[in-house]
Amino acid sequence: MSQFIYLTFDGLSRGAVYAAFALSLVLIWRAARIVNFAQGAMAVAAVYAAYSITSATGSYWLGFGVALLAGLVLGVTVERVVMRFVDHSSPLNGVVVALGLVLVIQGVLGIIYGNEFRPVETPFSRDAFEVGGVAMLSRYDLFVFAAVGAVVLVLTLLFTRTAIGLRMRAAAFAPDVSRLLGVSVGGMLTLGWALAAAVGSLAGMLVVPTELGLHPTAMDVVFVSAFTAAVVGGLDSPIGAVTGGLVVGLLLSYVSGYVEPTVAPMAVLLLLVVVLLGKPGGLFSSSRARVA
Amino acid sequence: MSSALLRVEGLTAGYGAAPVLHDVNLTVQPGEIVAVLGANGAGKTTLLRTLSGLVRSTGGQVVFDGADLRTTKVEQMVRRGIAHVPEGRGVVTELTVDENLRLGGLWRRDQADARRALDEVYELFPALAQRRAFAGHQLSGGERQMLALGRALVGRPRLLLLDEPSLGLAPKITAQIMALLRDLRERTGLAVLLVEQNVRSALSVADEGVVLALGRVVTRNRAAALRDDADLRHAYLGF
Repeated sequence: MSQFIYLTFDGLSRGAVYAAFALSLVLIWRAARIVNFAQGAMAVAAVYAAYSITSATGSYWLGFGVALLAGLVLGVTVERVVMRFVDHSSPLNGVVVALGLVLVIQGVLGIIYGNEFRPVETPFSRDAFEVGGVAMLSRYDLFVFAAVGAVVLVLTLLFTRTAIGLRMRAAAFAPDVSRLLGVSVGGMLTLGWALAAAVGSLAGMLVVPTELGLHPTAMDVVFVSAFTAAVVGGLDSPIGAVTGGLVVGLLLSYVSGYVEPTVAPMAVLLLLVVVLLGKPGGLFSSSRARVA
Repeated sequence: MSSALLRVEGLTAGYGAAPVLHDVNLTVQPGEIVAVLGANGAGKTTLLRTLSGLVRSTGGQVVFDGADLRTTKVEQMVRRGIAHVPEGRGVVTELTVDENLRLGGLWRRDQADARRALDEVYELFPALAQRRAFAGHQLSGGERQMLALGRALVGRPRLLLLDEPSLGLAPKITAQIMALLRDLRERTGLAVLLVEQNVRSALSVADEGVVLALGRVVTRNRAAALRDDADLRHAYLGF
């Protein structure tokens, strides 16, 4: 029982990060119909920026802020300078360009920082509290839950309660109609990329210290889990991304704990196959339009 | 003719290398309803899409209220006072009725009046008021047409570009929409450029008709005269 509790909290904590990262993929998919395979590399770049600032100033929180800011700037840059000029006649074009970006970003980071794993500090202890001798969760886990919860809350309010959120949704669903109603569709697209990249950077900040450390490829494995989470939930659905993230996190944790850590990635793959066979659009895929 | 709200002269436009519209001329006066008629593929929809900037024109002049529309961005059309309700109704089906309507007024500086306009739309279409929280895809065809039209009205336009409002609707609902256009014109001075395949209902409400064939204007005349011109009806309008 104690192992179950520990694995559950551990899975939820990992899952929260996957949820945030999956959310960043969903944000871009909804806005631009592109699966941004460069999201992981962009997030790592933001974490490196934070690492530089934290190393120079000694302040984790300053670095944290810089990571989010770097994410915003990277998102705007990637959309304005690269993705805007991609021919969208085939969905593969965006994917190929994004994969190219991964190579460029990882190459540049390797040149600047070197291809070594650097340990990254956490702002809170990662030692789990014990209740009645049972390891529960750490302060850092609580921080992860709070940060991801705040992101989900802010995004939910933004999209459902504000005029800019309404514009962003309309621009994504019906670009031409939105333009006719005075919405700057290009501006909304840029904003979507900026927000997504910032959320991706946050996920990177949260997950990198819990893995092997900072390295240009540090987010590659996380990307695979988060992408699976996004697809399982339905690429169009923010709720799906969060649910998918938590499910993938729990699955990884349980399989690692009860079976064998090395087969955990296979379990995720199996989940993906089962969901795609049963509900190809993902668990939270939206209902079809009424006909006539 | 300088008093015209919309003046189109020698307009040429199309997709890629193949022009769809050739040397189109027409005018819309304030408070006038002009019907654009013609068979499938005559260029009616392309004409509206060119006027609102969704299709680039390659030649000619489009002057709205003294300003050159050819250099106006699509996003700015609504600020000039032009509302385009596209074919297929243009409701954002993923958004609710209320969100669709609010979207129609987001660009306005006078948000208080946008809210008033929104309330007026709900009064005008009680069916929409009962379905505020419904997603667009849950509405019937007629309700979607009302929503698209209502959303345009939230912007209090001076010119409405209305593409095939009767498409797929029951004759009774089509008649209601035509009556509404007439009523709006009387009350607010709204001018309408109405693209229709349903020639009878369009001419029942229009002051003037423009007949397009293969992208050219073949006739411009008073609606009543077009109704009575048997040769023209047989040749271009199919009744």
